[in-house]
Amino acid sequence: MYLNNKMLFSIHILADEEFDELCFEFGLELDEITSEKEILIREQGGEKAEGASDVVLYKIDVPANRYDLLCLEGLVRGLQVFKEKLEAPRYKRVSPADGGEPQRLVITEETASVRPHAVAAVLRNITFTQERYESFIELQEKLHQNICRKRTLVAIGTHDLDTISGPFTYTAKPPGEIRFKPLSQSREYTAAELMSLYKTDSHLRHYLHIIENEPLYPIIYDSNGIVLSMPPIINGDHSKISLNTKNIFIECTATDLTKAKITLDMVVTMFSVYCDEPFTVEEAEVVYPDGRLSVYPELAYRTETLSGDFINKRVGINESAESIAQLLTRMCLRSEVSGEGDLIQVEIPPTRADVIHACDIMEDAAIAYGFNNIVRSTPRTYTVANQLPVNKLTELLRQDLTAAGFTEALTFALCSEEDIADKLRKNITETRAVHISNPKTADFQVARTSLLPGLLKTIAANRKMPLPLKLFEISDVVLKDETKDVGARNNRRLCAVYYNKSPGFEVIHGLLDRVMQLLDVKPGRNQGYHIQASYLKIYFNDSTFFPGRCAEIFSCGKSIGHLGVLHPDVISRFELTMPCSAIDIDIEPFL
Amino acid sequence: VSPSERKASPKVDGGTDSQDVAADLGVDHQVIVGAVKSLQALGEVISAEQKSSRHWELTGEGREIAEQGSHEARVFNAIPDEGLPQNQLMKMPSGKVGFSKAMSNKWIRLDKAHEGGPRVFKTVEAIEDTVRDKLQLVQKGQSAKLEDKEKNELKKRKLLSEVTVKSYWITKGSSFSTTITKQETELTPEMIASGSWKEKKFKPYNFEAMGVAPDCGHLHPLMKVRTQFRQIFLEMGFTEMPTNNFIESSFWNFDSLFQPQQHPARDQHDTFFISDPALAHEFPQDYLERVKKVHSEGGYGSQGYKYDWKIEEAQKNLLRTHTTAVSARMLYKLAQQEKFTPVKYFSIDRVFRNETLDATHLAEFHQIEGVVADYGLTLGNLMGILHQFFTKLGITKLRFKPAYNPYTEPSMEVFSYHEGLKKWVEVGNSGVFRPEMLLPMGLPEGVSVIAWGLSLERYVDTHT
Repeated sequence: MYLNNKMLFSIHILADEEFDELCFEFGLELDEITSEKEILIREQGGEKAEGASDVVLYKIDVPANRYDLLCLEGLVRGLQVFKEKLEAPRYKRVSPADGGEPQRLVITEETASVRPHAVAAVLRNITFTQERYESFIELQEKLHQNICRKRTLVAIGTHDLDTISGPFTYTAKPPGEIRFKPLSQSREYTAAELMSLYKTDSHLRHYLHIIENEPLYPIIYDSNGIVLSMPPIINGDHSKISLNTKNIFIECTATDLTKAKITLDMVVTMFSVYCDEPFTVEEAEVVYPDGRLSVYPELAYRTETLSGDFINKRVGINESAESIAQLLTRMCLRSEVSGEGDLIQVEIPPTRADVIHACDIMEDAAIAYGFNNIVRSTPRTYTVANQLPVNKLTELLRQDLTAAGFTEALTFALCSEEDIADKLRKNITETRAVHISNPKTADFQVARTSLLPGLLKTIAANRKMPLPLKLFEISDVVLKDETKDVGARNNRRLCAVYYNKSPGFEVIHGLLDRVMQLLDVKPGRNQGYHIQASYLKIYFNDSTFFPGRCAEIFSCGKSIGHLGVLHPDVISRFELTMPCSAIDIDIEPFL
Repeated sequence: VSPSERKASPKVDGGTDSQDVAADLGVDHQVIVGAVKSLQALGEVISAEQKSSRHWELTGEGREIAEQGSHEARVFNAIPDEGLPQNQLMKMPSGKVGFSKAMSNKWIRLDKAHEGGPRVFKTVEAIEDTVRDKLQLVQKGQSAKLEDKEKNELKKRKLLSEVTVKSYWITKGSSFSTTITKQETELTPEMIASGSWKEKKFKPYNFEAMGVAPDCGHLHPLMKVRTQFRQIFLEMGFTEMPTNNFIESSFWNFDSLFQPQQHPARDQHDTFFISDPALAHEFPQDYLERVKKVHSEGGYGSQGYKYDWKIEEAQKNLLRTHTTAVSARMLYKLAQQEKFTPVKYFSIDRVFRNETLDATHLAEFHQIEGVVADYGLTLGNLMGILHQFFTKLGITKLRFKPAYNPYTEPSMEVFSYHEGLKKWVEVGNSGVFRPEMLLPMGLPEGVSVIAWGLSLERYVDTHT
């Protein structure tokens, strides 16, 4: 969102640095200082930018939960209140001024299966300018992306009320039975036709999936059968708003009623400022299939009572209740001391749906006080540190492996199925691998079940280094394990490879001897460690190794891994050319 | 003094060129260069300054011509007065080239109609072999007598080539002597035993050269920084959390943290979900009920998110997106203790995000996390502990910016002043865990939990 100098002036800010500070203090991101011209040059090239405005623009990013700051109107209002240049407005729901019946939206039961909720409101006697109109459209788009979760939860439709007549009906129909002229099109289409038309629309195609496979599509008609909108896809052309629109009918259809109410409140609180009677919103009635009637927008003000002591203790400051009430008022939370002790009455306006707990109020007090004005103090919490045993062992072994001449590699825990199966001459079903359902590339299909592929890829990437290459990694692999709540567990493994003109089995064997010496396990069959031939037919694991050049490692009678010369096919599948030997052991038995 | 070293010794006080020395002594220039180098190694016996010069040299074919005459002359000389059959002439080694050159010089003629086949006859009595003459001049080192045009012509015929010769300008050194002692390269056990080292001179070492790399392995640089962070936490009394569980349920990764089920972070685009094993099957049941309630209805002083919370969503397994999932498990465990005891926890381990790999995006990185739980902790305490933590890294200028995070309130981005970049850079995130996260676990009401996190990779990128 871009602010200009005029808006900065309205919050009494003159210097860029001062504005930068304000953004930091308030929790906004001042992305860059630019101009319309610069933006055009960057996005469309120099030619298009000719004659564009040089007026300085400030690009602002807003935190994800502050819907009230999503448009310029709200942001400037918020900053003006924060700087105490403006008192937060009170938003009011009113009955139709002519004393007539409120607009009514009737929901039919067919909507239940696809998009069961709807809310509505009217903005009367609004005055648009080009800027205001653009901001109005932009806010709807931002809400759609943000709280409406790309229109899945809520979709907003705004209509020129003077082109339609209520009561309105929100229903759902088979796509073949829906026919209307949509926004920006010159003729009528059936809903089925529209869905295929919008398949190629760069913007709308992202929303088609929401209703595409539903037997009934949501649709809103006026009393004359004119289509207002087919939520959450497109509005009708008939009721489209323009710069000259005076009265706006706003409907939000939803799968989440709470979010629909918030969305409606946001649209009307932000733009009622341009109504003849600012900050008033005309009510609309929504009738549910069961006959229940609700009046919207809710524009609910809620009062929370908390003590100054609570704020002081949680933030770590020592302010009077009055001063805390003043801090909160600057955050659009109108507050006053109630007179009983240090209790503060805090009024949460409909624009601050993000305030759901006293801790949210506490945060606002802290922001208004200034995070960086809070005295930093050390907690007195006394504790004794403990290392996680498996990490402690890992740290010790890593040091010793480098001293033994091996260099540490750091490789990804995710890889392709091929890396842990085909390339190691194993069948994927034997690996006990955890599979990822939605990887963007084949590099992340599974969690690794062995450290070996990562090390071999590291060697392949360093083929130009002088031989021999001696690498190791001590890290976790992931294996399916039914006994765990999530059905999988990590396993800490030590893997090392030796890559040279000769296989160097004795080097890798020597490394095993050294590791066992460090772990204080002596060579021997029973209480010690030994290696023994591992035969292809008995142990499927051996397929990674060259026949007759693989041994299984036993420590205290328990198999802990393998060592051997890699199978030539494994070597070439990792695009290597030299003989290579490797060791792969589980270190968890040594904890 | 070896013969070549003696030869290389300057004959005149004013100095001499190594090329001239080679020419005077009739030896190859490389021999003189070797001698210069070994004399230099003796110290200041001579001084030699390297210079380079260009000069003309005969090619192999050029040398042959200088000795035996040009191809055309050889052809001419081979033809007797009565002529020679063309096919016979062509069999001569110089035949082909010499024939065409001699023809164009008009030294010979070809009678195609001669009986017995085409026959070649001389057309002049005698010839002057200028090519040979010119090459002989160059051979004698008198190439200057030839014009550039002539030299280039011979170069084109591949008889001459221009070469760059590196030579030395040799003058007497400060300790010039006509006798030299052979220097030893290294001290040997025999010299130590016999004491002969006392009489010997040793070659000086070249201290400009690099040493031999030690025969050892190295730790990975990123893992060294991990060790450094781990050490800091241990020094500050933090206990390491068991983060060796990359696979996590949505329940512990999101729901327990009061992150709503429609939150964008729970989208397929951002998180790696697991197809096998797809679902977690075991949860602390009454805790799960409390989590469900606080999301859908609120409670513990909260309005909640007021939506339809689904167990199916919580069951979905994923690759954890943050180690805070483990913090949640640890805090839940802490809450199950008979009596609450304050804790300080830390972890440094891998987390995963569904990204396509490029220069600025990693699908997995290491998250560093610190957590403190105690009665009455304040926001000021969080800032104080962060100050101590970063001071141990040499970062002393910190400031804090309000931020948003679904499971902490307040939330603060931590910025440090980067002396190199001369600006404030974000170094981490921090906050106070929400009551909606802590109270359903069963932690006592007055207990606050402060936490912070940063990316190891990002820290290393900006600060090392």
